Amino acid sequence: MSYLQIKNLDVRLKGGGPILRRVSLDVTAGQVHGLVGESGAGKSMIGKAVLGTLPRALEITGGAIMLDGTDIGTLPPAERRKRIGATAALIPQDPLTALNPSKRIGPQITRRLVDILGWRRADAQARALELLDEVHIPDPTRVMRSYPHELSGGMRQRILIASAFAAEPKLIIADEPTTALDVTVQKQILRLIAEMQKRHGTALLFVTHDLGVVSKVCDSLSVLYAGKVVEDARMQRFFMSPIHAYSRALLAATPTYTDPKGSLMPVPDTVIDAVELEIAQHDVRAQA
Amino acid sequence: MMYQVTDLHLSLPDMTRKPLVGAAPRIHILKGLTFDVPKGAVLGIVGGSGSGKSTLGRAMLRLLEPTSGQIVFDGTDVSHLIEDQLRPMRRRFQMIFQDPMSSLNPRRRVGGIIAGPLRLHGMETAGKVDDALEMVGLPRSFASRYPHELSGGQRQRVGIARAIALRPDFILADEIVSGLDVSSQAQVLNLLEDLVRELGLTLAFISHDLSVIRRLCSRIIVLDQGKIVEEAPTEALFEAPKASYTRALLQAIPLPDPYQVWD
Amino acid sequence: MRDARAEVRRPIGLRLWLSGGWLSLLALAAIFAPLIAPHDPLAQDLFLGRLPPFWEDGTEPGYVLGTDSLGRDVLSRILYGARLALIVALVAGTLTCLIGATLGLVAGYYRGWCDRIISRFVDIWMAFPPVLFAILLIAVLGPGLISIIIAIVVIDWTRFARVIRAEAMSQGAMDYVASAQVAGRTQFGTMLTEILPNVLPTIVALLTLEMGIAVIVEAILSFVNLSISTDSPTWGGMIAEGRTSVHQAWWVLVFPLITLFLTVLSFSQLGEGLKDRFDPVLR
Repeated sequence: MSYLQIKNLDVRLKGGGPILRRVSLDVTAGQVHGLVGESGAGKSMIGKAVLGTLPRALEITGGAIMLDGTDIGTLPPAERRKRIGATAALIPQDPLTALNPSKRIGPQITRRLVDILGWRRADAQARALELLDEVHIPDPTRVMRSYPHELSGGMRQRILIASAFAAEPKLIIADEPTTALDVTVQKQILRLIAEMQKRHGTALLFVTHDLGVVSKVCDSLSVLYAGKVVEDARMQRFFMSPIHAYSRALLAATPTYTDPKGSLMPVPDTVIDAVELEIAQHDVRAQA
Repeated sequence: MMYQVTDLHLSLPDMTRKPLVGAAPRIHILKGLTFDVPKGAVLGIVGGSGSGKSTLGRAMLRLLEPTSGQIVFDGTDVSHLIEDQLRPMRRRFQMIFQDPMSSLNPRRRVGGIIAGPLRLHGMETAGKVDDALEMVGLPRSFASRYPHELSGGQRQRVGIARAIALRPDFILADEIVSGLDVSSQAQVLNLLEDLVRELGLTLAFISHDLSVIRRLCSRIIVLDQGKIVEEAPTEALFEAPKASYTRALLQAIPLPDPYQVWD
Repeated sequence: MRDARAEVRRPIGLRLWLSGGWLSLLALAAIFAPLIAPHDPLAQDLFLGRLPPFWEDGTEPGYVLGTDSLGRDVLSRILYGARLALIVALVAGTLTCLIGATLGLVAGYYRGWCDRIISRFVDIWMAFPPVLFAILLIAVLGPGLISIIIAIVVIDWTRFARVIRAEAMSQGAMDYVASAQVAGRTQFGTMLTEILPNVLPTIVALLTLEMGIAVIVEAILSFVNLSISTDSPTWGGMIAEGRTSVHQAWWVLVFPLITLFLTVLSFSQLGEGLKDRFDPVLR
């Protein structure tokens, strides 16, 4: 069962160049799909296109996004927002700014349930407590009454995870959810996300720049360069034998502490030139 | 010895908990650090957020004044020197900052950014700016660009060029690759390694990430909550970490390897 | 990664054209008022009282925007009024800016006791109701151009001090300031060469806004008859006089009002436009 299917998605800067070039991908129930690339590769834009939160300067110029079988591009705007709100959720990058500093935690989790899904307040409250417990937050009742600044970064990220799973969405998009955290906290959070995702059978789209993180949480991945998917692979296969030259270069550039002389090969210019050429050819074909 | 740090304590006022009247409570950030940096060494300073590693760096460069303890730079006790006394020495210890966007004045061109410190120390600038750009692998034409016209990796090279142009004896690199993409990360690390060798620099490299530190550093100190929990030569630290905190740090690093045991 | 940061040349925006154009026009009018004004702004002629503007019936050739109840030419008075308005705008605006921005910069960058003294002073100063304060001041100093300028400076320097302090503070926390210290620059030198260029766009925007405010304050003071002596034409004075005869001769009120409105609007738009244009950092 495919919860998210993107077909030939084109996103452009209004009156400017392409940001995403015919991106296609497929995330099925219970699967974790990684989106990997360097900054500017457009990996976050895919998530934003799905959630309908693209920056104003960008527009979708082609392709389709199927969310749980419905092409959301064909829905009228109000309907679309409602559908996205009910089927998808986001775990954001920066836990420090994603929570409203002047509101208590409780209402920030329950609001979506009450306002968008029409739950009764008491039900939402009970559900929030249950979720906080599920993400291993000690003393959930106290945390519900706390303000964000009273909690640590890792704690806030747990709350955001709980909040993302609250309405049992079919799809969750995690946008660099551990970039702002220490490695030790990152490990706990990644485990937690994986655990929650398995238990709820959610489809997860995991955006990250870190191939190490991908190898720990994903089942499959797409490597992006300049808005184009250069390689699409199952996780094991990718790390054993990456096919595209850019994937291989990216892997070689990723630092590992286990190698005493630490490989650290910068991505060679020849590889960059080759991908650039590939993309230029793609653009020519797209115009023809 | 380039640096001798003895029982260094540093506390800063906590403005978020300042009472209506009276002084803010002080947070004790560095709690008695003792270590040396030999000449020509590359020292790694590792720790999580809140470990005090950046504060330590800023104290070594005397951007912060220690509460107690001693910092001796090349035989001179700099712990409590006032800014006027420090200024003539400042050429000798330089810093590369974490965020190249905020550490480069957005209203100055690259050439001016590199030439500024040279002028302050009465050194001639023309050839040196070009030299510095060349050493960090940037074309000379970049001197007329503004920081916002550069990519992240290029900006960080400008930060490095600014530091090495003064031909300092010591450079502190504070998390200089943590904001960069892996490809530019590798380039910047390789560049730094070359420069250390060519210029005979002494370097302290602050990072939260042990995996970028192994090749560059000869010795590593691990900080946790303002204390040194382990100090060891690099190989020893990676092969047989003694402190449980170091082990936890190492084990938490996700390697790009699906078969890594990660528990 | 391909470089998307190619240099972007922004065209001078429409609002910069319009506001700059209007203000230049006004400046020219003020400078050459004796040459271009069709009549003596003070010459009264009761036989030509309340002539309507040119497109209505019963006009007299040469009185394009009509005359007031004393037969003085409205256009000529607006042109001469521009002199006073612009002098007040430039002098009062600049002085306010110099005083306020300097104090704000020092407080925001040096922090500590410097900041505490300046900030407390600003707080206390701002507790006075400004218009009453100005009226009181002019009552003491006696009306006149200098008094108006002093009144404006005294009321408004706090605005600059506040905003520039906040801006200098946030710039002061940036690493390029720490980096200047590492390079061995003095604190004062850092303030001038690193901080000042970065708060300059804000200063410019505030300065032009302040010029607009100065024009308004001058008009208000003229309106309550506390400005320059009644025989030199001011927009505020004209509005005050026009108000009494608005049913018989609306033009006496409306034309200076429009001029005033356009001028103040142009000042604020000019500031915003300049700020956008001279910010090298594309966000």
